[in-house]
Amino acid sequence: MLAGRSLALAAVVTAACAVLGVGTALLVTRTDLPGRRVFGVLAALPLAVPTYVAGFAWTATVTGFEGFWAAALLLTVCSYPYVFLPAVAALNRTDPGQEEVSRSLGKGPWATLFGVTLRQIRPAVAAGSLLVALYVLSDFGAVSIVRVDTFTRAIFTAFNLGFDRTGALVLSTVLVLLTVLLIGAELTTRTRDARYASTAVRLPVRLRLARWRGPALAGLLAVNGLALGVPAAGLARWLAAGVSRPGSLAEIAAAAGASLSVSLAGTALTMLLALPLGLLTARAPGPVATALDRLTYLAHALPGVVIGLSLVFFAVNVAYPLYQSAWLLALAYATLFLPLAVGAVASAAAQSPPAVEEAARSLGRGPFTVFRTVTLPLTLPGIGAGAALTFLTCMKELPATLLLRPTGMDTLATELWTHTSTAAYAAAAPYAAILVALAAVPTWLLAARTGLTQTGATR
Amino acid sequence: MTNSMLTVTGLAKSYGPMPALAGVDLDVTRGTLLAVLGPSGCGKTTLLRCVAGFERADEGMVAVAGRTVAGNRLHVPPHRRGVAVVPQEGALFPHLSVADNVGYGLDRAARRSGRVEETLELVGLAAYGARMPHQLSGGQQQRVAIARALAPRPALVLLDEPFSALDARLRAELRADVRQALRADGATGVLVTHDQGEALSMADAVAVMDAGLIVQCGAPAAVYRDPATPWIARFVGEAVLLPATVDADVATTPLGRLPLRGSAACGAATVLVRPEQIRLTPSGGAPATVVRQDFHGHDALTTVRLDDGTVLTARMLDEDNGLTAGTRVAITVRGQVRAYAE
Repeated sequence: MLAGRSLALAAVVTAACAVLGVGTALLVTRTDLPGRRVFGVLAALPLAVPTYVAGFAWTATVTGFEGFWAAALLLTVCSYPYVFLPAVAALNRTDPGQEEVSRSLGKGPWATLFGVTLRQIRPAVAAGSLLVALYVLSDFGAVSIVRVDTFTRAIFTAFNLGFDRTGALVLSTVLVLLTVLLIGAELTTRTRDARYASTAVRLPVRLRLARWRGPALAGLLAVNGLALGVPAAGLARWLAAGVSRPGSLAEIAAAAGASLSVSLAGTALTMLLALPLGLLTARAPGPVATALDRLTYLAHALPGVVIGLSLVFFAVNVAYPLYQSAWLLALAYATLFLPLAVGAVASAAAQSPPAVEEAARSLGRGPFTVFRTVTLPLTLPGIGAGAALTFLTCMKELPATLLLRPTGMDTLATELWTHTSTAAYAAAAPYAAILVALAAVPTWLLAARTGLTQTGATR
Repeated sequence: MTNSMLTVTGLAKSYGPMPALAGVDLDVTRGTLLAVLGPSGCGKTTLLRCVAGFERADEGMVAVAGRTVAGNRLHVPPHRRGVAVVPQEGALFPHLSVADNVGYGLDRAARRSGRVEETLELVGLAAYGARMPHQLSGGQQQRVAIARALAPRPALVLLDEPFSALDARLRAELRADVRQALRADGATGVLVTHDQGEALSMADAVAVMDAGLIVQCGAPAAVYRDPATPWIARFVGEAVLLPATVDADVATTPLGRLPLRGSAACGAATVLVRPEQIRLTPSGGAPATVVRQDFHGHDALTTVRLDDGTVLTARMLDEDNGLTAGTRVAITVRGQVRAYAE
């Protein structure tokens, strides 16, 4: 029953995200839609809204917003950027020459779109869709807030309220199995990209929307209204009420401080592990590097609830001094977000091609000098972006934080969750607002990296 | 002071079961440019990387300016070899200005001595020191890469197909300028290329490479005029290869009796005639029919079929020779030909 509901939710949300993500990507990159650059950035923004914040905003705005379809709607509008971003990146990478050949062979714009363009971006869309599926399986915040019983919620309830460790373990194992199955599916579709940036960039011809322009605009506006408008309105309304409540500022400051310090520790640990791993995957590709890479992805796909629970067991049985310490939480963050950091380090390392370093060596500079004067200046921005991304993802994390935080410590995320579960919306609003504001930063970085901010400029 | 800036002896290197270098011997004289010419996959880039120290050779020895840098388990790291490379795409440091790129291999004193400006002047970019690499065209980036390699006065400059990413006109211009800059700086260079025109026009010596071996090394004119094997003849320039019978210093061919350059064993042989040696006249030679004419602007290649069915090409400088398919012509050969015993 639980498995059925979890899988059905994952299937519905993934399908909806695929349609929404690819459609938006096509409209933004391949048509003459007015304001496409703005829409491109707006479509990346839902990533900045943690699902539990969106859930809070919706339940605080729409009474009786709960159940399966509420969760499906919530998760769809929150996670379609996972499909949108890779689809845009793939569309920008495709060779316009192929589309021109198709047109010259007598295929119309629509036949070319479906016959050539969409096939080229299929691997990217598949990878994005599976990311959505994994995300839905592991989501805890949204389903809890709209009261849908899925695996994650059942595990948390079994462990936290019923102290039923065996039940929680059994449920976790099933969830892990589902996750591993999905990762297996993802691995079979994954294709390896060229590792070093190519330079030839030619912009494709844009489709003319003509009479479809109105409906397309209306559709995008509706999606953005659901994904961003409702949370923004809900937050604004309750924020006005929340800040006026006396005595809350000290609480907010304490929670923000706790969030910052735990996230900082988590980021430091993650980057420490990610640097050697990322450089290894970028510079010495081979079976070992690939295996390590896949292992970190497995950990990333595991739900935060499961990671949190495993670390509780680990600390209680193996490393008791760690139990109830902030370091255990930092370790959980590192486990969860290592792939983010490894990916950032690896792609940053690709910004410094080996030929450049070899040229430096041949000019009489030793390996350490070359690392200091060439590799480091070229990779530092990418590594910094990776660290920022990790840091702010740590701030957003909810389920592992709930399970592992030392007693008495509250972060922005846990405070928000506590207040929402008691329907104290006004008290929850300031935490939600700070979280969204902070999370918008890495989202902007992500959007900039995908080339969204450039597509309009180089037109 | 030795006169040899690079000596390579018996250099061998394999990737798995595939030998990339199968015992290469090479010698580059001070102040000259040697072109290593070969088809793609012949091992010429591996040779360059072994000389630069980016790859470790399995066997053999490399000496730069008389100092052994590789061989006998010795492997001097790239930065202690005094060998500067110019990679295919230039590989400029994107975060440094043009002047900082050129000054990268210099110590502080040399940087202040005006060497950066001097080398930029050499490659014709004196006013570009403050620019960033992305503000330069492809040809300008290559010029900076060459200035950067020349600046520390390395014993040897290695150029790895440095013009392959440029268009034809720019390439010809850059070739001449680079040759000039290397000569003006007294630099010794090795140019790796698959473009025979580039090798013949730029280098003082050409080493033809095939399947991991140097198959011929000599002055460009000598390699072109006197290729060691029919394969080299076909790879370096256009070749007409005809069956022949050699007797003393004369070869009997479908084009008649032709005088030989050098000597060859008597008996069956293959004879090399270059298209520019072939003359088409109205009468007075081997009879043939014009098959087609390919116009190239500065010259034209005319394909003819002898009456015995042999097909060959002639290079014509006449802009309007009135030849069309089906015209009957007579063929004579100018100068001596090279014979290869069967």
